[in-house]
Amino acid sequence: MTRKAAIVGGNRIPFARSGSAYARASNQDMLTATLDGLVARFGLQGVQLGEVVAGAVLKHSRDFNLTRESVLGSQLAARTPAYDVQQACGTGLEAAVLVANKIALGQIESGIAGGVDTTSDAPLAVNDDLRRVLLQVASARTVQQRLKALAGLRPGQVVPDLPRNAEPRTGLSMGEHAAVTARQWEIGRAEQDELAVASHRNLAAAYDRGFFDDLVTPYLGLTRDENLRPDSNVEKLAALGPVFGGEDGTMTAGNSTPLSDGASAVLLASDEWAAARDLPVLAHLVDAQTAAVDHVHGGEGLLMAPVHATPVLLARNGLSLQDFDFYEIHEAFASTVLATLKAWEDPAFCKEKLGLDVPLGAVDRSKLNVNGSSLAAGHPFAATGGRIVAALAKQLHEAGPGKRGLISICAAGGQGVVAILES
Amino acid sequence: MTQPIPEDDLIVSDWYRDFTNSGVGATLTKRLGLPRPAVLRRHEPGAPLLPGPAVVGTAGEGRLRDPLTAVLKDAGVTLLSPVTADGGTDGERTAAVLLDATGLRTPADLAAAHDFLAPALRRLAPSGRVLVLAEPPSEAADPAQAAARQALEGLVRSTAKELRGGATANLLLVPDGAEGGLAGPVRFFLSGRSAYVDGQVVTLTAAGATDGQDDDRPLAGKVAVVTGAARGIGAAIARVLARDGAHVVVVDLPAAGQALAGVANEVGGTALQLDITAPDAPERLVGHLRERHGGVDVVVHNAGITRDKLLVNMDAARWNAVMAVNLQAQLDLTQALLDADGLLRPGGRVVCVSSQSGIAGNRGQTNYAASKAGVIGMVRAWAPALAERGATINAVAPGFIVTEMTARMPFGTREIGSRINSLQQGGLPVDVAETVAWLAQPESTGVNGQVVRVCGQSFLGA
Ligand SMILES: NC(=O)c1ccc[n+]([C@@H]2O[C@H](COP(=O)([O-])OP(=O)(O)OC[C@H]3O[C@@H](n4cnc5c(N)ncnc54)[C@H](O)[C@@H]3O)[C@@H](O)[C@H]2O)c1
Repeated sequence: MTRKAAIVGGNRIPFARSGSAYARASNQDMLTATLDGLVARFGLQGVQLGEVVAGAVLKHSRDFNLTRESVLGSQLAARTPAYDVQQACGTGLEAAVLVANKIALGQIESGIAGGVDTTSDAPLAVNDDLRRVLLQVASARTVQQRLKALAGLRPGQVVPDLPRNAEPRTGLSMGEHAAVTARQWEIGRAEQDELAVASHRNLAAAYDRGFFDDLVTPYLGLTRDENLRPDSNVEKLAALGPVFGGEDGTMTAGNSTPLSDGASAVLLASDEWAAARDLPVLAHLVDAQTAAVDHVHGGEGLLMAPVHATPVLLARNGLSLQDFDFYEIHEAFASTVLATLKAWEDPAFCKEKLGLDVPLGAVDRSKLNVNGSSLAAGHPFAATGGRIVAALAKQLHEAGPGKRGLISICAAGGQGVVAILES
Repeated sequence: MTQPIPEDDLIVSDWYRDFTNSGVGATLTKRLGLPRPAVLRRHEPGAPLLPGPAVVGTAGEGRLRDPLTAVLKDAGVTLLSPVTADGGTDGERTAAVLLDATGLRTPADLAAAHDFLAPALRRLAPSGRVLVLAEPPSEAADPAQAAARQALEGLVRSTAKELRGGATANLLLVPDGAEGGLAGPVRFFLSGRSAYVDGQVVTLTAAGATDGQDDDRPLAGKVAVVTGAARGIGAAIARVLARDGAHVVVVDLPAAGQALAGVANEVGGTALQLDITAPDAPERLVGHLRERHGGVDVVVHNAGITRDKLLVNMDAARWNAVMAVNLQAQLDLTQALLDADGLLRPGGRVVCVSSQSGIAGNRGQTNYAASKAGVIGMVRAWAPALAERGATINAVAPGFIVTEMTARMPFGTREIGSRINSLQQGGLPVDVAETVAWLAQPESTGVNGQVVRVCGQSFLGA
């Protein structure tokens, strides 16, 4: 038995800039508040769901059961099981796919998929040398052994390891990786700035028309995404200096996503479950695909895996890239979105790398990220997938039945998750 | 973490009331002749309607003695026989004194009212209830009868001012044919639900008898909407409607969403973030109710704002903002609910929150008072149309209610504001909520187009 999982609705808290409004909130605080907002929206107090699946990219070791603990702290029935997932920036969408798959298989009738991240309350790791000494002290049996172990302490060991936004195998930050890809695909500065401005304008317009009234619940005094600049324009962005790609780089703080804090959650269910509770079905999750590239040795762009995942997904569903009413391409960097679009249009790339005789072709830009994306909203890594799934589902629902949307999210480690929603 | 602050923490404790009810405080305030505000009897689910017996008297040949007695018996109230001025010193305190004055023909008959009430009031217990039932002066047979009926208003309002210990006096006008709707209103005025309703006149309209209701969960199975429910009076209304059995859809500005979600989760309801002044607000509310609940039974227009300034200094923005939230949105939302086929279910209830300022006026509040007076006009005009659908629409006009807003007022203003009423204290949000919930009950079907003040018989605009 398979059936398509319904997307009933979603909730997120406004995304904050790092070290700002949510500086004192933990991942568990934010995820719990987000679940409670979803509970309030759909009257799920005391309801036992099939499963809650969520995760965080930056996670304290004490949060080994982050999602389950958040469920226990929420208004959901304590009997609702939960588990954590992590696939870098793909976490949120992957969580939705996992819940949807179980619903499709009839293993569960309902579930919540979510994600949360804080760059303000990120775990600090103890420097590896110090950690070894401390572990030796802990395992020492005699006082002498303990003293001997402690004698191994050195001042330099006290410096903690800050979490870095760097790829373990290349040592390059994500931005540096993206800059390499931008140069490779000759993505210009002006088009990146234009994409960023469009993101801010679209997000601001969506807030103004009340689009987020049933998608976002304010938190700790924040009512809109803190990074949103409704009056952003190309002239202002042009004045910013490059932050990645060296002096002649094209990537600035304006066309790259800022570090942010936030959480999101999506309610999925079988059609029957939703109908029994008089809950809406905004859209169905039709299918999804993940892919990975070899960014270490293969000379491929770190954030280009969705480019590879998409044709597989399209072929399996008998669709062309143009068969969509809306496209949600996560704006890790403006250049990432533009490189993705360019790659799909490039005959040589499509032939050699994707094995396609005909390139996937162009995407109608008026259908792209119509309610803004990560450049304006911010990007708390694991929370982005939930933000996109809920907003796209609502957009499709507003557009009427039979409308189709494509989601593409790139992730660290050279991975990518793409999915199709249909109203 | 999204839990709202519990109501009790918000209420600046009435230190004066507590002090005057303490041993030393009581002696001191008595010697100094200072007012001694009582601790009011408030409704608790499961508690008996009255904490003691009641006594029913008549002035003239009334027609309500029997139905009234039946209502009291049904509610398990023990009835004492009336005593005369010189007799009956057995000393048992009464919790309620009811007078059936429907038999009044001339002012001379009023002497009987006095004869019954004077000794009865002497035996009235703290938080006792005086309820006089009569017929509307407007339907009198002749001027003498109209005079006698109208005289009761002066009698009841003055009695309310003389009562102490948290006791109240109210007048219920029951025209011919309205007996069927007697039970609900009588129970309300005797119960702790009406703790802060004092010196009021409510006129019933002819209405068929209802099927009765479970008085502990009178709203079981009903769907209610409350606007402005993220905090204050609106949150209290949501709690009381939920306590009475309703599923409550709480509505507030998107920016108030965190507190709103807390209220929704507390009452097991659902949150709808909506600016009620948005052009598409009526459409969105109707769509939401239709999709999620298939209809609605109770609509409470509670959201309201103040933008105070003397009229000469008032800018258009202040004027327009207050009008938009307090009056126009109530009109637009109600119209949309009435237009949406079958959405407001049979027996529907619309309750609009007005204000004492809309009755008495208030310096610096021309915009606010105008909007709140407008609500009263709207309610009266709509009442007949709603009656045709078996529905009702009423207004509740709170007086000085202790909320976050009033807690922030300067000490002097707050102290005076809360004392200038017959109960010598401010009301609580729950008092407004209880009155709203009463109007929402199935058995309130005979109460339509009324304005019920919840003001402890405020001296303002009385
Ligand atoms: N507190 C008093 O003493 C008192 C006295 C008389 C009348 N009232 C009336 O009682 C009602 C509630 O008062 P309160 O003291 O609880 O006030 P409050 O300010 O604490 O609560 C009012 C609520 O209405 C909401 N609201 C405002 N504009 C809105 C809009 N456009 N859409 C949706 N929600 C909106 C606010 O966000 C707020 O949560 C108001 O109508 C007020 O005028 C209060």
